[in-house]
Amino acid sequence: MTGAGTFVGNHSPEGMAHAVFVRSPLAHGEVRSVETGDARRAPGVLGVWTADDLGVAPFHGFMVLNEACARPPLAAGKVRFVGEPVAVVVAETRAQAVDAAELVEVDYEPLPPAIDPEDALAPGASLQFEKLGSNLAAGVRSTGEDPLTGASRVVRLRMVNQRIAVVPMEGNAILAVPGADGDGYDLTVYVSTQMPHGFAAALARILGLDAARLRVIAPHVGGGFGGKAGAAAEHVVVVATSIALGRPVAWVETRSENLLSMQGRGQVDYIEMGFDDDAKITGMRARVVGDAGAYAGFGGALALGPTRMMAQGVYRIPAVAYDVAAALTNTTPMGAFRGAGRPEAAAFLERVMDLAADELGVDPVDLRRRNLIDGDAFPYTTRMGTTYDSGDYARALDQAVRLAGYEELRAEQSARRARGERIALGIGVAVYVEVTAGGGGKEFGAVTIDADGGATIRVGTSGHGQGHATSFAMIVADRLGIPMDRIRFVQSDTALVPRGGGTGGSRSLQIGGNAVRAAAEEVWLRARDLAAEELEADPGDIVATDDGRVGVAGVPARALTWSALAGLAEGAGAGPLAAEVDFAQAAATFPFGAHVAVVEVDLDTGAVVPLRHVAVDDCGRILNPMIVAGQQHGGIAQGMAQALWEEMVYDADGNPLTATLADYGMPSAAEMPSFEASNTETPTPLNPLGAKGIGESGTIGSTPAVHNAVVDALSHLGVRHVEMPCTPERVWRAIKETEAAGGRQPDTSVWREPPAFFAELPTPDAAGRPEAADVDI
Amino acid sequence: MIPAAFEYQRPSSLDEAVRLLADSGDDAKLLAGGHSLLPLMKLRLAAPSMLIDIGRLRDLSYISDAGDTVTIGALTRHHEVETSALLKAQVPLLAHATSQVGDPQVRHRGTIGGSIAHGDPASDLPAVCLALRATFTVVGPNGSRQIPADDFFRGFLETALSADEILTEISVPKVPDAGWSFQKFNRRAQDWAIVGVAAVHNGSTGVGLVNMASVPVRAAAVEDAIAAGSSAAEAATHASDGLDPPADLNASQEYRRHLAEVLVRRALQEAGAP
Ligand SMILES: Cc1cc2nc3c(=O)[nH]c(=O)nc-3n(C[C@H](O)[C@H](O)[C@H](O)COP(=O)(O)OP(=O)(O)OC[C@H]3O[C@@H](n4cnc5c(N)ncnc54)[C@H](O)[C@@H]3O)c2cc1C
Repeated sequence: MTGAGTFVGNHSPEGMAHAVFVRSPLAHGEVRSVETGDARRAPGVLGVWTADDLGVAPFHGFMVLNEACARPPLAAGKVRFVGEPVAVVVAETRAQAVDAAELVEVDYEPLPPAIDPEDALAPGASLQFEKLGSNLAAGVRSTGEDPLTGASRVVRLRMVNQRIAVVPMEGNAILAVPGADGDGYDLTVYVSTQMPHGFAAALARILGLDAARLRVIAPHVGGGFGGKAGAAAEHVVVVATSIALGRPVAWVETRSENLLSMQGRGQVDYIEMGFDDDAKITGMRARVVGDAGAYAGFGGALALGPTRMMAQGVYRIPAVAYDVAAALTNTTPMGAFRGAGRPEAAAFLERVMDLAADELGVDPVDLRRRNLIDGDAFPYTTRMGTTYDSGDYARALDQAVRLAGYEELRAEQSARRARGERIALGIGVAVYVEVTAGGGGKEFGAVTIDADGGATIRVGTSGHGQGHATSFAMIVADRLGIPMDRIRFVQSDTALVPRGGGTGGSRSLQIGGNAVRAAAEEVWLRARDLAAEELEADPGDIVATDDGRVGVAGVPARALTWSALAGLAEGAGAGPLAAEVDFAQAAATFPFGAHVAVVEVDLDTGAVVPLRHVAVDDCGRILNPMIVAGQQHGGIAQGMAQALWEEMVYDADGNPLTATLADYGMPSAAEMPSFEASNTETPTPLNPLGAKGIGESGTIGSTPAVHNAVVDALSHLGVRHVEMPCTPERVWRAIKETEAAGGRQPDTSVWREPPAFFAELPTPDAAGRPEAADVDI
Repeated sequence: MIPAAFEYQRPSSLDEAVRLLADSGDDAKLLAGGHSLLPLMKLRLAAPSMLIDIGRLRDLSYISDAGDTVTIGALTRHHEVETSALLKAQVPLLAHATSQVGDPQVRHRGTIGGSIAHGDPASDLPAVCLALRATFTVVGPNGSRQIPADDFFRGFLETALSADEILTEISVPKVPDAGWSFQKFNRRAQDWAIVGVAAVHNGSTGVGLVNMASVPVRAAAVEDAIAAGSSAAEAATHASDGLDPPADLNASQEYRRHLAEVLVRRALQEAGAP
């Protein structure tokens, strides 16, 4: 650590003022009046705005789940979740703004809230948008034949994929600097985002700005994980106030604000899986409720999009029915978290497979092997209409099982059980497939040879900790022979990079990296021709030399430096030695893998200690193994955290109970075992690098593996399911209720009939497809 | 994250601190390590008008051998308690339990006096002091007095300290040969205890409980059962007798009662009770 980072919070231009928000303490209520007089008169205050003062129309900050649920940047007439901003105070110092914000008096008339997504869709629920007539943000039901017909056994599971907070190291942060900068921009915005170009477009649209005169810069960004996509309400407000004041205005979210601003997951899954007498799957019926939170947060659409898309997972399933409802609740608008809808599919599939293994009396690994899609079946189109590019699921599973020493682990588990030990061993397996660079990915990449003989990469992805500068420089160094330390890397600034999709959905290397690769290739071809002409050689004999020049193969004396080549290109009048490419990938890629988790469970206290985690993740061809391992490690930690520790909890009135890191259970390194991460490599045919995404795989495989391990540790007692996070109390209760029921956990802890609203969802021809169902993050 | 405005004073002696506190009225607060008080102030759950910073009164930072007891100045940081050779030899339970408080940052700032004076039922050290039958010295405008740990914790975040008194010393009996155990049950390494148990077992038995009531408490029924000849397992069934444990995100009342029994049993067994 050098302390040389430049995060948004490190900027303090001359005259910078600070914004602080007055937030709703109610989950649902009418705003009767907002009294701002005392705050306006407080020391240092430059202005106080309510919805009326701001005059910005309600908007959608990212992809749209329901048009009718646009959000006013400051609450207008109603508040719809605890933490919703109602007013903003801008003052000379942050302390002055905090003090003045306490002087804003808001008169609320409480309304009954709808907090639980299933309750929100029940008859009589309090409505968030009265005009909609229900809290259904979107939904669709399947109409085909019953996929369970003919099954000799049906295994049923209801599980909650709990809401979790994104918790990046740096929360939201924005600094808006209005005024001509001399370079043709009227407004420069520094913002902690994954997608600077998308942010600029959204901001211009929402505030009616001239996009050409708006510059957006993402400086160092302290993590995103899906939480920093699009324009948040607070972003819009800060920019509007800075324009109104003609002064730079900054807002850096507090940790408690962040815990209420970035949340993901939040599904309830009803899964029924049919099997024949050979334990082969005959069909699956899934009914899924996605919690969209307030204002139909785009995360609610993940149940309609990626979760549905990946609902068949790695298995041969002859028939699938998938019904889905996204519910409006009076909670933080739902967004994305690492994996964004795909982990939810893997979680319910892998949990139901383990439940089935238990009920059918088949080993969990064996059950999976019997049902995996064959390695020679690719490209493979599922019942969901998803086409998997390439894969070899059995190979990943075999490797994970071998590395874990599965048989020995089972032997030790049996021995402990035989000895009646109170520290039980649990072994959890998960096989998954996920989708990266969905949504028709396209990306800008450029390579320029500089006068000094170095190269500059410009790319439309926006790395924020993933190591893009390293990976992309490797691609260029590989092709051109220019050493890595002579390669500059430019990203995340709309003035320097003309367009870009940013970083999300594990898209960057496979799309941005391939764009850079193609640009480097173009540059190479030009350089080769220039060198051939200058050296009077055949272009076919020109190579990049070991000492970083371009010359005739086998004749060290006949070579040119890159600096000389840049000069030749300029001299030839053909412009700089550079290339710009927009790389498009024809379709999404489908990384996959298998994880084995080993945990110990204290049967007296319910405490779970993860002992080992074996991850075999296949992200196609690997460019930089260390960076891949880094992504696996971070992903595993976050996925394990969902299985064991993290949950965003709201009480029945919609008060968030986990709004500090003391209460929200984010683990630290102290809770983690050492990870055993490795790979298989199954290249994708869809891009020249053969690469798929790795950013989210670790998260997707680890959650169900760890979850299954906990239940597996208790299976000899008759426990069949424990909801996540598997807290000590939940584990203890599962043991207790199972003992009380005579050694088989009551059915009510595993399944209940899905609510009636599923039967009334629109049919596919009647249901529109919300834009956000195609979210690619 | 920004506290409300307050006045700040930094006395250079205990006398001056006592005088300042007496003169400043009810709204003044002593500031020691600040690791309980400042978080409350930053969340604006506490807004004292004046802070009297006693954190640099070096005279109140010591660990001394006083014959049958070890005396510890109230301003002694957790880190010093945790690493003290004297305490490790004579009162190992206290040194060990202190090493389980928070994380290294917390232990380099937080003080033993602040921990006791704050009277938080979720704190580790009050339960240890109860188990060890410690005695506290407090100083006010009318001189000093001694308060046994048993009489100190009165209500939720309420102690026998009056508003004009300062806790100056913690005195703990030496128990070099006693069996002891500290059972801290939490979900993450640096968390507060969901339930904690401090136990010493020599001639007599002391058992203190963390987070099992609105105040730090002694498990009197457990101690009595051991005195009456019960086994550890039998005695542990009395762990929450007469207690009304809190219910929160981490544990319901029922689960806390269960944990208390398990942890008391383990503590007694580790401390050598039959
Ligand atoms: C992240 C974190 C984790 C923590 N984890 C734990 C844990 O696991 N276990 C645990 O036991 N504690 C934990 N703590 C609390 C820590 O031990 C505190 O430092 C301690 O409780 C208070 O000590 P202090 O010196 O910081 O007191 P301060 O915060 O300065 O003061 C606390 C209160 O006591 C009063 N006070 C302080 N000193 C005196 C005195 N000498 N006389 C009279 N009144 C006084 C103050 O006025 C104030 O009201 C944690 C704290 C943090 C921030």
